[in-house]
Amino acid sequence: MTATSETPPLLRLRGVSKSFGAVRALADVDLDVPAGAVTALAGDNGAGKSTLIKCIAGIHAPDSGDILWEGKPVTLRGPSDAAALGIQTVYQDLALCDNLDIVQNMFLGRERLRRGQLDDVAMEQDAARTLADLAVTTVGSVRQTVASLSGGQRQSVAIAKAVLWESRLVVMDEPTAALGVAQTSMVLELVRTLARRGHGVLLITHNVLNLLDVADRVAVMRQGRVVDVRQRSQVDERILVDLMTTGRTDREVA
Amino acid sequence: MAVRTDPDTGRKVTAQGAGAYLGLAWKRVRGGETGVLPVVGGLILVSVIFQSLNGNFLTAGNLVNLLVQAAVFALLSMAEVFVLLLGEIDLSVGYVAGISAVAVAWLAQPQVGWPWWAAILVALGAATLIGLLHGTLITRIGLPSFVVTLAGLLFWQGVMLFVLGNGGAILISDTVLVGISSGTLPRLGGWVVAIVVVAVFGVIVWRRDARRRAVGLTAPPVSLTIAKIAACAVGGAALILLANADRGRLAPVYGLPWVVLLVAALLVVWAYLLGRRRFGLYVYAVGGNAEAARRAGIRLSRIRTVAFLLCSLTSGVAGVVYASRLRSISTSLDGGTLVLYAVAGAVIGGTSLFGGRGKMLHGVLGGLVIAAIDNGMGLLGFSAAAKYMVTALVLIVAVTIDAVARRRRPST
Repeated sequence: MTATSETPPLLRLRGVSKSFGAVRALADVDLDVPAGAVTALAGDNGAGKSTLIKCIAGIHAPDSGDILWEGKPVTLRGPSDAAALGIQTVYQDLALCDNLDIVQNMFLGRERLRRGQLDDVAMEQDAARTLADLAVTTVGSVRQTVASLSGGQRQSVAIAKAVLWESRLVVMDEPTAALGVAQTSMVLELVRTLARRGHGVLLITHNVLNLLDVADRVAVMRQGRVVDVRQRSQVDERILVDLMTTGRTDREVA
Repeated sequence: MAVRTDPDTGRKVTAQGAGAYLGLAWKRVRGGETGVLPVVGGLILVSVIFQSLNGNFLTAGNLVNLLVQAAVFALLSMAEVFVLLLGEIDLSVGYVAGISAVAVAWLAQPQVGWPWWAAILVALGAATLIGLLHGTLITRIGLPSFVVTLAGLLFWQGVMLFVLGNGGAILISDTVLVGISSGTLPRLGGWVVAIVVVAVFGVIVWRRDARRRAVGLTAPPVSLTIAKIAACAVGGAALILLANADRGRLAPVYGLPWVVLLVAALLVVWAYLLGRRRFGLYVYAVGGNAEAARRAGIRLSRIRTVAFLLCSLTSGVAGVVYASRLRSISTSLDGGTLVLYAVAGAVIGGTSLFGGRGKMLHGVLGGLVIAAIDNGMGLLGFSAAAKYMVTALVLIVAVTIDAVARRRRPST
């Protein structure tokens, strides 16, 4: 599951720093995100998680440091550069249009055309297939508007939208923040499915229990630094809380 | 309800058979997606009321007259739909129509002597440029559309008054220009047009539904596809029978007015643009969630500018029709009232003021309702005062229906 020395990880950050005025949001961040695994990024509010994913999504340019994609250094000048590499980000607000249906949302900005017209049939088939592949079975019709979906269904649509774009790495910002118990487990299952299908997943959350449920690797951020990266088997709830609050821990996994 | 499993996707595909399909449609209506039902219901209600009060309302002569009267309202409401879908508003449509009317009348008068088509082209070009100007001010400088088009309302009114002079008027004598509103197709011509339209509609609907069935997507059953085409044929035949009946008092008058065809053609083109082209989808996307649209790579300012441009262009068409109908243009053109009717028509038709929901057809149907009230109350001998008040009540009822329906829609 983890990167070996022969095959470079999907995404590798080396010494990435970013300041906003006097505020040092990221300081020498090193992080590997391998394919086929869920890497969780934990940290308290203001630890720098959001800034980090914005650097990965191409929204912020790092002040210094390298971003390596499959071992090659890349420069992300904007979200479209990231998308071209296969990096898709699902933000907390999901960025779905309530008045459009599921198919239209999933293809927004990259519609299929047929003789200059929208090819609704092809898009509907692909959208349905993608949802089926991800085992998203709770939505009745892909032609219903997003307004009629539950929070978990919307999250699923947003994730399926990211997958549809031949993405290799899906970055998710607090995907379960606003969800109830059943919907949370549905979305977490979807996250696992993504990793099983070979996607790299970078999951931002400060819900420790969700994180332990779903992650293969855990990176903890504190005050703009990645203070520790561990395999799932090397962390438990108390260790995580220690790392998030103080940046270090003396505990062993029980 | 039959349920089968799609072999490709493994998804359950529900509803085959007309009854089940209609049942799903009814469920959507109950869920708040009422579409054109309220305005069609309103139109029927208004017709029944006026017919019961004055037997002349539902005569062929009056109904055809009503369609001609509705043309300007319908065109202006269609214009407004473009920007309402974005959650914006255009207050200038009345006087943009005025500018277009002045341009066409001025160029076509004998002293200037331009051919009718050149005059129309320049008029529509002027309207389009005005829309481009509004759109540019709104998107590039980031001014609110309410303010920019309010300024437009004042400015273009000023330009119109300046060209016409104090209390001035320009008469239109060109037969083609006058014929847009008062000319009619020959009886046979009406039938030919109707048959062609029904045939093309039939082929398109049939092929679309057949393709959906062929690949196993949820599609209306064959019986419903045939019913749709049959309904179109019946509607077309009814319209032509109505228009071809002799409605003259002194001399025989018959035939479908050209202006009805013009409005219908523009409706088809704009509905196609909004419903089947990428631009139309982006208009809905921007109106629904501008931030999501931006992140999807849609260039918001371009979509907005083009929408304002198309709004003004459509207003320009309305101006030409207006001048054609009056056979002149004078300072009596009340662009302020026209714009209020345009917005009211779009909203009565079912377009949301908050963006993202509405169709071109809503503008046309809303314009018909407004014209029907105007016409029917005129038949009953009511004054303008009463017409305004009744139109206002209908507007409130329409918005109330929408608000109630919206509450039943699944929460967001």
